Amino acid sequence: MKTEDLKNNKDYKYGFTTDVENIRSPKGLSEETIKFISKIKKEPKWMLEWRLKAFNRLKVLKEPNWQKPKYPKINYQDLYYYSAPKSTSEKPKSLDEIDPKILETYKKLGIPLDEQKRLNGIAVDAVFDSVSVATTFKDELTKKGIIFCSISEAIQKHPDLVKKYLGTVIPLSDHYFATLNSAVFTDGSFVYIPPNTKCPMELSTYFRINASETGQFERTLIIADKGSYVSYLEGCTAPMRDENQLHAANVELVALDDAEIKYSTVQNWYPGDEKGVGGIYNFVTKRGACRGNNSKISWTQVETGSAITWKYPSCILQGDNSVGEFYSIAITNNFQKADTGTKMIHLGKNTKSKIISKGISAGNADNMYRGLVDIKNKAINSRNYTQCDSLLMGNKCGAHTIPYIKNNNASSTIEHEATTTKINEEQLYYCNQRGLDQEEAVSLIVNGFCKEVLQQLPMEFAVEAQKLVAISLEGSVG
Amino acid sequence: MLNIKNLEATIDNKHILRGLNLDIKPGEVHAIMGPNGSGKSTLANVLSGKNGYEIKGDIKYNGESLSELSTEERAQKGIFLAFQYPLEIPGVNTNTFLRTSVNSIRKAQGEKELDALTFLKLIKEKASELGIDEKFLSRQLNVGFSGGEKKKNEILQMKLLQPKLSILDETDSGLDIDALRIVADGVNSYKNKNNAFLIITHYQRLLDYIKPDFVHVLSNGKIIKTGNSDLGVQLEKTGYLNIV
Repeated sequence: MKTEDLKNNKDYKYGFTTDVENIRSPKGLSEETIKFISKIKKEPKWMLEWRLKAFNRLKVLKEPNWQKPKYPKINYQDLYYYSAPKSTSEKPKSLDEIDPKILETYKKLGIPLDEQKRLNGIAVDAVFDSVSVATTFKDELTKKGIIFCSISEAIQKHPDLVKKYLGTVIPLSDHYFATLNSAVFTDGSFVYIPPNTKCPMELSTYFRINASETGQFERTLIIADKGSYVSYLEGCTAPMRDENQLHAANVELVALDDAEIKYSTVQNWYPGDEKGVGGIYNFVTKRGACRGNNSKISWTQVETGSAITWKYPSCILQGDNSVGEFYSIAITNNFQKADTGTKMIHLGKNTKSKIISKGISAGNADNMYRGLVDIKNKAINSRNYTQCDSLLMGNKCGAHTIPYIKNNNASSTIEHEATTTKINEEQLYYCNQRGLDQEEAVSLIVNGFCKEVLQQLPMEFAVEAQKLVAISLEGSVG
Repeated sequence: MLNIKNLEATIDNKHILRGLNLDIKPGEVHAIMGPNGSGKSTLANVLSGKNGYEIKGDIKYNGESLSELSTEERAQKGIFLAFQYPLEIPGVNTNTFLRTSVNSIRKAQGEKELDALTFLKLIKEKASELGIDEKFLSRQLNVGFSGGEKKKNEILQMKLLQPKLSILDETDSGLDIDALRIVADGVNSYKNKNNAFLIITHYQRLLDYIKPDFVHVLSNGKIIKTGNSDLGVQLEKTGYLNIV
C-alpha cells in the first residue's frame, strides 16, 4: 500500500453522515415502540406476538456482566429503535426510486448497488439504519430458486420458512441482547438456498448506521438446504459521533445435510476517537447450527472497528461428521476493547472444529480471546484444534486468552496452542534496511501474522481487509 | 563514496567505536577483520542507521551527511546491509517481501514500480544466477531456512536492489564451502567500478574467493592496521594477538 493512501486515510474515512429525512419510532423501549415497528413493517400477527413474547422475557433478564470490557450503563429509554429514511417508507421497486443521497452514501462507501455495472458479481443487500434499501441481482438468483431479500420482505413473502427457522438457533430467551434484538429487530437479510444448489455469487449485506441516538438491531437468517453451498459477507460502517451507539444484531445460520455456509465479516464500525470518546458498542450474537450430517459452517471475521466488540460467533455441531470453523482477526487500537472468540459445541459423532484467532493490540487497547470448546459425551471421535496468537504493539496495551475446554468422552481430542509476541524491533529494522518505511513494515509484518485468516476471505474482500488492517494500526509504532 | 571521520558510537553506556576513520571509493572492496567485540557489527549497524546508538564524528556518503537520514532513506539511497542473522517474518512470502522492497526503493529513486509479472521474471533470473531454487521464493521469508539459505537470500536481495554500497556483516559465518562459493560468486558478479563493498569477517576464508583491495584490522573500536589482501593471509597465520 502506498504511503500517500495511508496518510489520506489517517482518520476514519467512513465518518460522514448523510442528511436524509427520517421516520422514527417513539423514543424508548416499550410495547408501543414494538407495535410501531411491527406495524410500519406490515408484519403478520404472529410476528408481532413473537416480538412481544421476547419483550416480556426481556423484562426479567439482566444484562450480562462477566465480560472484561466494562461500559457505562445504557439508558434503553433514551434510544430510538427504528429510524428509516422517509423516502423508503414504501419499499422502492427499483434503484431509480431510491433517494439519490442514499445511493451517494453507498457510492462513497465503495459499495456498488448499480446492477448494470456488475462490478464484482456480488449480490448486495444494503441496510441503512433500520431498513434494507436495496437488494441487487435478485432476478438472477430467483432463477435458481435462491431467496435473498430483507428479513422484512421474507416475513411477508416466505412466512413458512421464517416461522420454521427463526429463533431456532438463538432462542427468544437466550440472553439479554439477543432477546432485545428479538423484540425490536428492524431489518437484516434473509437467505434461503434450495437443495443441491451452489449459490453462483457471493451474497453480501452492507450495514450502515446513519441516524444519531439510534440503535441498530438487525437480524439475519441464512438457511442452506440439503447439499447446498453459500458464501456470505457482511460489512459495516457508521458516522463519527461522540455518543456511543448500540449495535445488537442476531445472526442465525442453519446448515442441513451436506450443506455448507461460509460467513465472513469485515467489521469497521466507528471505533471512537483517539481518546476513546464515542464509537459503537458491537454486542452481537452469531450462531450457526450444523443441523444435518456432513454439514459445515465456517465463520471468518476481521474486526477492526467499534469501541467495544463483544461477540462469539459459534457453531452447534449437531449432525454427525459436521465441521465448524472460526477464523478471526481482532484489532484494537487507542482505547478500543474486544472480548471475542467462539463457541464450538460438539453433539454429533465425528465432529470437527478448528479455531484460528489472531488478536492484535496497540495503543491503550485491550484484546481478549474467550472461547468455549465443549465436546459432549455422545460426540465420539470428535476433534478440536485451537490456535490463539496475540501480537502486542507498544507497552500500554493488553492481550488475554481464556479458553474454556470441556471434553466428555475419551475418544475425542482437543488441542490448544497459544502464543503472545511483541512486534519485533529487529524485524522492523530489517524491513527498514530494505527500504520499507515504518508504516509499510508494520503493515507487512501484521498482514503476515494474520495471513491464515486473511486467506479465508473471498478474494475481493481479502485485499480490502489487508488495507483495513494497515489503516487500523496506523501510527501505533513510534 | 564513503568518508568516515573520527566515528564514535556508544550503546547502553558501552563505548564501542572510538575514533574510526575509513574512506571507500567506488569500485573498491574493503575487508574489515578483527577479534570478537572489536566493533565490527556496530560499524555495520551505525552505517545502516540502526536505532539506539549515540554517535559522534562524521559519516559522509556521496557527500551527504548520513546522520540526518533514517534507515529506510539510507537504503533508498543505495546502502545495503547483508545481515549476520537475517530476520524471519512469518506469513510473508519471500517473493512478496522482495517485491515490496524493490518497489519501495524504486519509488524513492523516482523510478516506476514493477508489476508482479515483470518482477517475477526479474527475480527468477537473479535466483537462477545464484543457483537458488524457485520454490524458495514462495516460502515464508527466512522461516525454516537453513543458515546457508538465509545468507544466499541476502545476496539475492543485494543483486535485486543493486545498491551502491554493500555491507556484508559476517556473511561467511556458518556457511559450508559450497554456500560460501555461491555467496562469493554473487558478490564477484555484481562488483563493478561504480559500486563498493565493505566485507566484515572473522576469517580469511571468504577473502580467498573475494579479493579485497584493502584489509583493515579493527581493534577496540579503531582501525589499527591497513594493508592489501596479503594482510588477511598473514592474519590467518599469526592471529590478531601479534598485531593488536
